[in-house]
Amino acid sequence: MPSTGGRIAPGTARRATVLAVLVALAVAAALASLAVGARSSAGLDDVVRAVVRYDPAVDDQLVVRDLRGPRTVLALLVGGALGLAGGVMQGLTRNPLADPGLLGVNAGAALAVVLGFSVFGVVTPGGYLWFALGGAAVAGGVVFTLGTLGRGGASPAKLAIAGAAVSALLGSATASLLLIDAATLDLYRFWVVGSVATRDLTSAAAVAPVIAVGAVLALASARSLNGLALGDDVARSLGQHVGRARATAAAAVILLCGGATAAAGPIWFIGLTVPHVARAVAGPDHRWLLPFSALLGAGLLAAADVVGRVIGRPGELEVGVVAAFLGGPIFIAFVRRRRIAEL
Amino acid sequence: MTITPDPPAPDSSAAPTAVDPVAAGPATGASATATVDPAPRLVAEHVDLRYDERSIVTDLSVALPTGRFTVIVGPNACGKSTLLRALARLLTPRHGTVLLDGQEIRRLPSRTVAQRLGLLPQQPLSPDGITVSDLVSRGRHPHQRWFRQWSAADEAAVAEALRGTGTAALADESVDELSGGQRQRVWIALAIAQATDIMLLDEPTTFLDLAHQIDVLDLLTDLNRDAGRTIVCVLHDLNLACRYAHHLIAMRDGRIVAEGPPTEIVDAALVGDVFDLDARVIPDPVSATPLIVPIGRHDKEHRSHAEPHPHPA
Amino acid sequence: MSRGPAARPTAAPGGAAVAVDHGDTGHDGTSGAVAVARAGRVVALRAGPLSTRIDTRSVAVSLVLAALVVAGLCWSVTVGDSSIPLSDVLGELFGWGGNPDSDFVIWHLRLPRILTGVLVGAAFGLSGQVFQRLVHNPLASPDILGVSSGAAAGAVLHLAFIGGSSRAVTVSALVGAALTVALVNLLAFGRGRSSYRIVLVGIGLSAMLNAAVAHLSTRITLNDAQRATVWLTGSLSGRDWSYVRPLAVVLAVLLPLTMIAARQLRALELGDDAAQGLGVEIGRAKLLLSLTGAALAAVATAAAGPVGFVALVSPQIARRLVGTRAAGLVPAALVGSVVVVFADLLARRLFAPTELPVGAVTAIVGAPYLLWLLARANRIGSNP
Repeated sequence: MPSTGGRIAPGTARRATVLAVLVALAVAAALASLAVGARSSAGLDDVVRAVVRYDPAVDDQLVVRDLRGPRTVLALLVGGALGLAGGVMQGLTRNPLADPGLLGVNAGAALAVVLGFSVFGVVTPGGYLWFALGGAAVAGGVVFTLGTLGRGGASPAKLAIAGAAVSALLGSATASLLLIDAATLDLYRFWVVGSVATRDLTSAAAVAPVIAVGAVLALASARSLNGLALGDDVARSLGQHVGRARATAAAAVILLCGGATAAAGPIWFIGLTVPHVARAVAGPDHRWLLPFSALLGAGLLAAADVVGRVIGRPGELEVGVVAAFLGGPIFIAFVRRRRIAEL
Repeated sequence: MTITPDPPAPDSSAAPTAVDPVAAGPATGASATATVDPAPRLVAEHVDLRYDERSIVTDLSVALPTGRFTVIVGPNACGKSTLLRALARLLTPRHGTVLLDGQEIRRLPSRTVAQRLGLLPQQPLSPDGITVSDLVSRGRHPHQRWFRQWSAADEAAVAEALRGTGTAALADESVDELSGGQRQRVWIALAIAQATDIMLLDEPTTFLDLAHQIDVLDLLTDLNRDAGRTIVCVLHDLNLACRYAHHLIAMRDGRIVAEGPPTEIVDAALVGDVFDLDARVIPDPVSATPLIVPIGRHDKEHRSHAEPHPHPA
Repeated sequence: MSRGPAARPTAAPGGAAVAVDHGDTGHDGTSGAVAVARAGRVVALRAGPLSTRIDTRSVAVSLVLAALVVAGLCWSVTVGDSSIPLSDVLGELFGWGGNPDSDFVIWHLRLPRILTGVLVGAAFGLSGQVFQRLVHNPLASPDILGVSSGAAAGAVLHLAFIGGSSRAVTVSALVGAALTVALVNLLAFGRGRSSYRIVLVGIGLSAMLNAAVAHLSTRITLNDAQRATVWLTGSLSGRDWSYVRPLAVVLAVLLPLTMIAARQLRALELGDDAAQGLGVEIGRAKLLLSLTGAALAAVATAAAGPVGFVALVSPQIARRLVGTRAAGLVPAALVGSVVVVFADLLARRLFAPTELPVGAVTAIVGAPYLLWLLARANRIGSNP
């Protein structure tokens, strides 16, 4: 097998093993999420019984099933969506720094959601999901175009700067709306922190279809992403429809990000770091990279939620905060180590 | 043939002589003049150059002859650009030192170095929308202070530089809109305006078409002859290097394989050693310098009709 | 005008200094008198060893902008819930007597507020110019370097754990902004010297700070959360003389510092290698520039919150007005002042009697600008 710079592209058998390991990790994270709580921890047998043979009379099982169950499901769903979206984004923009937060997608969704709250009075996840999708689409498109301006096309740093500029614009508009409308602020501040704390499955159920469609599109575009990685010209000469591939991938990103953000609020850095770890074990082939990213993302977010509950006892530290404080230093370390060429 | 001369002592006691512009061109070979060459001002002593942990150049010593046109050649990744960057103070040697006028270049203030040593880097960055005269005027930066921002000397130097490179007519044009050859001339004008004795140029002819390559090299020759500047160039074209250089430095794998006047050192054996290339070396019909004629795989069949052993030029 | 033979360098052993004319002897003849030489739109002023270069168009544009600032200020003072006639305003300001009834409104309510706006706009304009040239990117702006997030974090921490008056919160915001700037510089300059690294580290740090702010916002009362939200967008409401004075003093110190540091930009813009070749210590120069730029932004943010887009837009507008790439600091600063003064005017009157935060208006101005940049994308050769 060819070896590139220390990362080995493993054979299929090996990848399958890793895949199984990742599934196991995700399950473990989920179990931990069910077992560990802000106030108490349930035993493993209670957890298993709560899932398999539910007895509402047992207190521990009640907590597991009703309180922690929904949030675990949401964490897995949102984490998976974000990891997958990050992988597609990085392949689509050929940019190792792609992340829904960095590229302004989060800010677009946030502004749209606030508009939904304040102007249209839409307060259910199922409702403001559509706003989030629209905001994500517009912001992402603007950032990508701005970051491609000028000589040299889209470079990682230029895209990040464009993303930051657009985020600043949208953030300012958002903040202005919030200043005027206190009721909206009261709703918004609990959403924007990024949290999977939920008591039932309505959020998850509302966004699941959208995320499912996004996931299908993402996995379907794996092949074309492999081609795009070689550059547009080479991809075309290999017979790919570059425009169509781009559009499909972009649609996947928007659906995944929009759905995830609508359900759990904007969460940073999961989409950035997960694909890098996944690439280290899976290699650059997107047909493996994307499922790995999804699994890793799911497990990571569930684990982050557990960490947040443990650290924040007796309250909790929202998963968005944990993700930012874990992912932030990793991002900064990454930036410091790489030699970023000046344009 | 491997020549690694010891670098002469930096403070040589040789009597100072005016720089003698090469009288009859490189074709007559170096040191044809009876005068003593002035001591080298830019010297590298036993330098180790690395990027991160990757060693590019090991234990290399070289003295660049003052007032001469020196060209460094070698295959890709031989360390020629790395060496130039170290000489220009862009790269600090892991071991060894680079000396300018007998002092460690690292310890000299940047301004001082910039007043003696000018650099034209590979692929320089022109700010968007900048005019030619503005760009060239930035070459005066090492001579300026916050209270002396645009002296008469500055203005004179810029005008002279524009005139010397034939770009005076382009003074108000935007650099973006110039052709590759014109843009390179403008950057050379910047280096001229900097008014340094020594000019280092990193691949100044890459990406230029042949006419512009000759143009640039002729310009550098003018600078060397008329103003006595020391020119040190990295070139990738061996034939042009032979034609223009007084002093050729051939590198491979971070070491100097040979150095000296092209007519003395360039032969088929050297080309084979440095570039892994079969070639015949004949006298250039225009300049009488060595002309390398490569022999590819498919050409070997025709060789049977030629002399079995190629003569050195 | 060419250098004579006396200036030709001779190769001497031991490395004597090169005999190039540095201008110390002065070719302009009379030393002591001021010589003026003009070439096109550039005027060189020389007096003995001192010399400087002035772009006539830049000066003209600056004068016009300054006039605009004054005009905008006067107009803005006349406008408000109680409208004051211009004659009274001019009378008060220039001392030829006015209406004592409007005295309080002019001197204690409107004038300090608008003056704060002028100074904040200038600081942001300067800061934006420095960063855009430092990072070679028209989208680079101190907003994204963590200054705003640091200020917001400082403010929210204060509200969450200390509580108290607006004045104290402002101080905490300044501290937060300053600490963030220091941290960004520390992290970005540890290794390597890329200008992009500063920006990317700033973005990363901002994300973390924003998360902290968001978390704390859920812990405090709605009222405090509203007060914290003010730090997420710029506002000039309630700015009195206690804001104007410190701001003016700080700017008076920072402006000359910035102008001196900005000299290095002329070389830095040519790329790191060429800049080093021209004798610039690039690590030190970049550090100094980013610190002065960030200090300007931090001070402005502390005074008025993160007024978005002024730092982004002003340098570009200045460049277009002055017509060359080398648009200096002064035009950018003045454009910033003009933008903020007029944006504040709009903010106060657009939905009267409700007052919008000035940051909202500048954001609305920023949006078409970004779209316009988009439209320019189709033109070849535009280099960010």
